[in-house]
Amino acid sequence: MNATTLTKKDYKSDQDVRWCPGCGDYAILNAVQGVFAELQMDRAKTVIVSGIGCSSRFPYYMNTYGFHTIHGRAPAVATGIKLANPELDVWVVTGDGDALSIGGNHFIHALRRNVGLKVLLFNNRIYGLTKGQYSPTSLVGAVTKSSPNGAMDNPFTPVSVALGAGAAFVARTVDVFGKHLQETLRETAAVKGSAFVEILQNCNIFNDGAWMHVTDKDIKDDHVVELRAGQPLRFGKELSHGLRLRGFEVEKFQVGTEGGAEDCINWNPSTPNPGLAFAMAQLNEREMPVPLGVFRNVERANYEQSVHAQIAEARAKLGNGDLKKLLHSGDTWTVS
Amino acid sequence: MSTGQSDAKVKVEVVEEIVIRFAGDSGDGMQLTGTQFTTTSALVGNDLATFPDYPAEIRAPAGTLPGVSAFQVRFASTDIHSPGDAPDALVAMNPAALKVNLKELKKGGLIIVNEGNFGKIDLEKATYTYNPLESSDLDGFQVVRVDLNKLTREALAGLGLDTKSTLRCKNFFALGMTYWVYSRPIEPTLKWMEGQFKKRPELVEANQRALKAGYNWCDITGVFQTRFEVPPAKLTPGKYRNIMGNQATAIGLIAASRLANLQLFLGSYPITPASDVLHDLSKMKQYGVVTFQAEDEIAAVCSALGAAYAGNLAVTTTSGPGLALKGEALGLAVMTELPIVVIDVQRGGPSTGLPTKTEQADLLQAVYGRNSEAPLCVLAASSPSDCFAATVEACRIALEHMTPVILLTDGYIANGAEPWLLPEIEALKPIKTSFRTNPEGYLPYSRDPVTLARPWVKPGTPGLEHRIGGIEKADGTGNVSYDPANHEFMCRTRAEKVARIANHFPEATVKGAQSGKLLVLSWGGTYGSVAAALEHCEKQKHSVGWVHLRHLNPFPRNLGELIKRFDKVLVPELNLGQLIRMIRDQFVVHAIPFNKIQGRPFMTSEVIGAIEKELG
Repeated sequence: MNATTLTKKDYKSDQDVRWCPGCGDYAILNAVQGVFAELQMDRAKTVIVSGIGCSSRFPYYMNTYGFHTIHGRAPAVATGIKLANPELDVWVVTGDGDALSIGGNHFIHALRRNVGLKVLLFNNRIYGLTKGQYSPTSLVGAVTKSSPNGAMDNPFTPVSVALGAGAAFVARTVDVFGKHLQETLRETAAVKGSAFVEILQNCNIFNDGAWMHVTDKDIKDDHVVELRAGQPLRFGKELSHGLRLRGFEVEKFQVGTEGGAEDCINWNPSTPNPGLAFAMAQLNEREMPVPLGVFRNVERANYEQSVHAQIAEARAKLGNGDLKKLLHSGDTWTVS
Repeated sequence: MSTGQSDAKVKVEVVEEIVIRFAGDSGDGMQLTGTQFTTTSALVGNDLATFPDYPAEIRAPAGTLPGVSAFQVRFASTDIHSPGDAPDALVAMNPAALKVNLKELKKGGLIIVNEGNFGKIDLEKATYTYNPLESSDLDGFQVVRVDLNKLTREALAGLGLDTKSTLRCKNFFALGMTYWVYSRPIEPTLKWMEGQFKKRPELVEANQRALKAGYNWCDITGVFQTRFEVPPAKLTPGKYRNIMGNQATAIGLIAASRLANLQLFLGSYPITPASDVLHDLSKMKQYGVVTFQAEDEIAAVCSALGAAYAGNLAVTTTSGPGLALKGEALGLAVMTELPIVVIDVQRGGPSTGLPTKTEQADLLQAVYGRNSEAPLCVLAASSPSDCFAATVEACRIALEHMTPVILLTDGYIANGAEPWLLPEIEALKPIKTSFRTNPEGYLPYSRDPVTLARPWVKPGTPGLEHRIGGIEKADGTGNVSYDPANHEFMCRTRAEKVARIANHFPEATVKGAQSGKLLVLSWGGTYGSVAAALEHCEKQKHSVGWVHLRHLNPFPRNLGELIKRFDKVLVPELNLGQLIRMIRDQFVVHAIPFNKIQGRPFMTSEVIGAIEKELG
């Protein structure tokens, strides 16, 4: 298997893809298969785990190992797989409802522990598979089947939740930005601990245009800021604007008239304190640009490695555990 | 031992068995005291059974009735099965302990009571409006009043311990007294103290002094006119150790992982009374055990399912409320036909119920508690030491039949202890597991013609990449299928697969009468009480048959035939009637329920009463 070069086709399963025509998931599937081929990922060692929802059908379409589990529980199942066999490359595919509503607990705890899982969250701000109810990322006022007068709950920002949970690698990309998506996936594949990627994804049936301000050619330059390590935060046509810090607030300004280029925040996703990454994740998307790219990238002890290190340590100290000795431990006596 | 001046007057009486109960405040160390008495009695060679009974609160308000913690030990020179009904002796550390336990003590029984804790406030906390020590409440009992507080202080004088630390040793003064009365050696406990308080030499000294002082006090004062001796029991020859059910379960899991040559994975969330299995396995890392304390019960079972998928012997331990949360994931385990073992240490319910008390009311939940048709195998352990064999069997069935298995134990056998005749490791049958590696003609949902098990493939195996999940599977390929006929076929196949497990374990046997008027049909942790009741019936020449079930789903193949041999079937259960429903569902039977749901095991006398009522 290693001898032959695998192509994108080799990562496609024999199952017909059954997402709605025009769904953003197609582009993501295509990008994942492309990057997997490019990286020559070992199909046998790759496991894709998902929960429930449109995005969670993903494993069926990948010619790797795959486990389509139950609603919200993919990170928990994936944690078990990774702990049982740390050699496996485990990817979790989930959605905004799956990861942040029913599965919120597993999501934050997997990131907190820094289990070596790559979590791809397709965020379309709607429940698609159940045909159009508001999700935990729907905006206040979103009119859906279950919120005819507008949703009232304040939405989660997935990146903020991930940062709050202590995630070591956090990124955001967009279904239709092929190049950026592939670049992000490539970076994700190299992460040793938990990697979290929010992929802004369009549901053209139930929430079409949810990310229009990010993806529309005419306006996107004014609404997107790219986070690149070592680069200043600039956006707008011809990078007319920049982002700078005023106290704990991030503010935008016109470079030249309202401040100098040197005022821009120079992006560093690897600072010890995640405060600025959090501030960027919390930018109000109606007034400020939406950051794309890597919010956070730091090294932390990897959970499954720590677990197996403790086992190795115990074995080094106590030997490999003799069953007979275990049975006969404690106070014993003989009846003759 | 020191020879007291009063030895000449002391009569030594040899008795077959004694039941003693230690009762005090939940901070008084009664569980520890009882456990030490148990260990020592085991080393002396007695057969024994224990019943720890403690409140759910770690420290309920001191001195109050809900704060009473008790530990009952029955030790005998004969083969016994239960911790006994009424104690022969009660050690009461305070008024509350006396009030709660007095009514269960045998008439004429011995009471060792700490009169140092019978001040006005102590009595009020126990809702006494009078001092029971000065009342007729204790008429007819042999009462030994002793100020444990004062005597312990005196014994520890000069050690420089503060009052609080000093008084914490008084349970060992009391233990020393009981060692004297029941002719037990104090050395095993002295030795245990050296290990237990290794880092605090002053506490080793203090506790040892208290224990010795209690023993010697009896020797010197001559308060007791009689000492008792319970000779060693004539048990099957071999090597024994004292074991609690949860310990046996943990060891059973390690043994199963060795027999199957698989890494053991335990995904668990802390819950009373199951947590000790997680604690024990967390300490056994050298056996290659991966323990994972999950964020919740659902994550615990899901992580186990992931580990099973990855090729481990995967286990989750829980109690009733946790099993309820695991239901959906167990449905996924049924659908994906992966081998996982769920150990439910049952407790009183519903809801939070009685977390530290025992019950057998999760049977229907275990057998039926999932959406749709989701059959799985259900077993139950019958005694503390039987948790070992039952656990090994649960793992064997899961792995050899590629199915989830629920093993039901309960708080009573999980925390209770008994001597365990250690099995010969060489005699344990290996567990057959095989991972498919050949890609030729591989179908994820092809089946073994005998067991109907599907092949187990470890991710990482080249050429066998495949997808599984909770959506209905097409027969053979395992691809997503909404075909109506396929769904019915798969539902029936999953049911048949579980039913066929019965072809692989022994048929049930009847003890006692092989046919006739009455069959007692019991299951799980009531074994000890029912066994003792049946022994009594045998002595009385009552004609009764008895079947005790380990296999609850599927039932032993011959169960229907056995039931038919009797006019009626008495089903004793610690619930409101669960096995009886399953029996009535499957067999034409005149079944009579006998139920108790008080968070406590059956007393032998209760079971005898129920049997004799049916015999007329």
